[in-house]
Amino acid sequence: MKIMEGYYYTKNHEWVKVDGNTAIVGVSDYAQHAMGQIVYVELPEIDDEFSKEDAFSVVESVKAASDIYMPVGGTIVEVNEDLDDEPELINTDPYTNYICKIELTDENDIEGLMNAKEYEEFCDK
Amino acid sequence: MEQSKRTALYDTHKKYNGNIVDFAGFELPLYYESILEEHNAVRNNAGMFDVSHMGEVTVKGEEAENYIQNLVTNDISVITDNGVMYTLMCYEDGGVVDDLLVYKYNTTDYLLVINASNIEKDYNWMVEQKGSFDVDLENISDDVAEVALQGPKAQEILQKLTDTDLQTITFFRFNENVLVNNNKCIVSRTGYTGEDGFEIYTSLDNIVNIWEAIMEAGKDEGLKPAGLGCRDTLRFEVALPLYGNEIDKDITPLEASLGYFIKLDTDFIGKDVLVKQKEQGLSRKLVGIELLGKGIARHGYDILSPDGDKIGVITTGYQSPSVGKTVALGLIDIDYTKMGTDVSVKIRKKQVPAKVVSKKFYKKNYSK
Repeated sequence: MKIMEGYYYTKNHEWVKVDGNTAIVGVSDYAQHAMGQIVYVELPEIDDEFSKEDAFSVVESVKAASDIYMPVGGTIVEVNEDLDDEPELINTDPYTNYICKIELTDENDIEGLMNAKEYEEFCDK
Repeated sequence: MEQSKRTALYDTHKKYNGNIVDFAGFELPLYYESILEEHNAVRNNAGMFDVSHMGEVTVKGEEAENYIQNLVTNDISVITDNGVMYTLMCYEDGGVVDDLLVYKYNTTDYLLVINASNIEKDYNWMVEQKGSFDVDLENISDDVAEVALQGPKAQEILQKLTDTDLQTITFFRFNENVLVNNNKCIVSRTGYTGEDGFEIYTSLDNIVNIWEAIMEAGKDEGLKPAGLGCRDTLRFEVALPLYGNEIDKDITPLEASLGYFIKLDTDFIGKDVLVKQKEQGLSRKLVGIELLGKGIARHGYDILSPDGDKIGVITTGYQSPSVGKTVALGLIDIDYTKMGTDVSVKIRKKQVPAKVVSKKFYKKNYSK
């Protein structure tokens, strides 16, 4: 299982990488593995606003649909449209193939998320 | 909640890295490698499923034939010895108790194979319907292990392990005296994938040996162990119904488009309602639905008319692995069942455009 240093993680297995006032959001390697082959990703829309822990996307595997929750609150500024045609990119590399970028409303939202080491321990439990 | 049961192959599934889930009260693998890999293996080569969770009830006695005829919708009097028939059991109101396979040894000796999730309910129902029929029923589900070997290479693989000429077991027939790797089995040419293949019944003691022997025999033919995940995608693509989805106590077999398995010239429980339904015409029916927009229509999602009114519900939906389209089965109002009719499916907050299509998304490849 791959865990990226410098990323933050949620208990629902989303990752977030903060770049200035923008956060890039995706699902972790653990999550893509647990879901199995991904066949559809419902992307949020640009300018959609979300609070921390809101469901913002749905990732569907062959068998089931999984809600994906916002690690941080803010406004969507970019979505990864490559996933429209190739949702399986998340299986290939869940860290390069993010779901969306969001402009942070409150930088303090990062607090309480896990760092790589803490997330590794969380997954091992 | 009751403790999940383990089949005699539980440790074998672990050994093959099966991802175990609870299914109908049994701990069984959803997949080993991946649902799509296993789906494709069954379509192109072969896959083997542990289906020991299925239920088995023996019906023996002088009046076994009359008893079963009264219990099920199909005409079992036409089955010859060593034949198998697909049929349904209905309640008095025409709703479905279960769908099942009837294995006939002779007119006084039958084996009924029922769904795992319905074993207790079915057996109680069968006992209730005994009335004055001179029959003995026995639920032998816990004593029977079963694997299904399915796919175009199934016969080639299984033939390596038995002296019985498998060509002699034709479609929907069985032989109760087949030695598979020296273990006595019932072998039928039946299955739930739309492919040629066999269902193999044996005692709990023999099943691990049979599983391993078949895996070894199929090594060069691309055989893979296959889980419940692809069992569902495979049966869905050829529109084979699943109890709890396409059929249940609130859906009649006519509504589920299973009229072929209902013989109204025989007498059976629920017949009056089905006769009336046929005379008056159905108000809803099971159809195929192809999504024209993005998304996957899952079980329970609403089907809407072009005006946005609810006209039905999805019973099963997937992105079909073998045809690459996003399709579903759904029960909808009869006015909208014509092929090509525009409808939409409510997927979360969106209405995704769709149309009514043939529900046979993929052509069956039975060897008849």
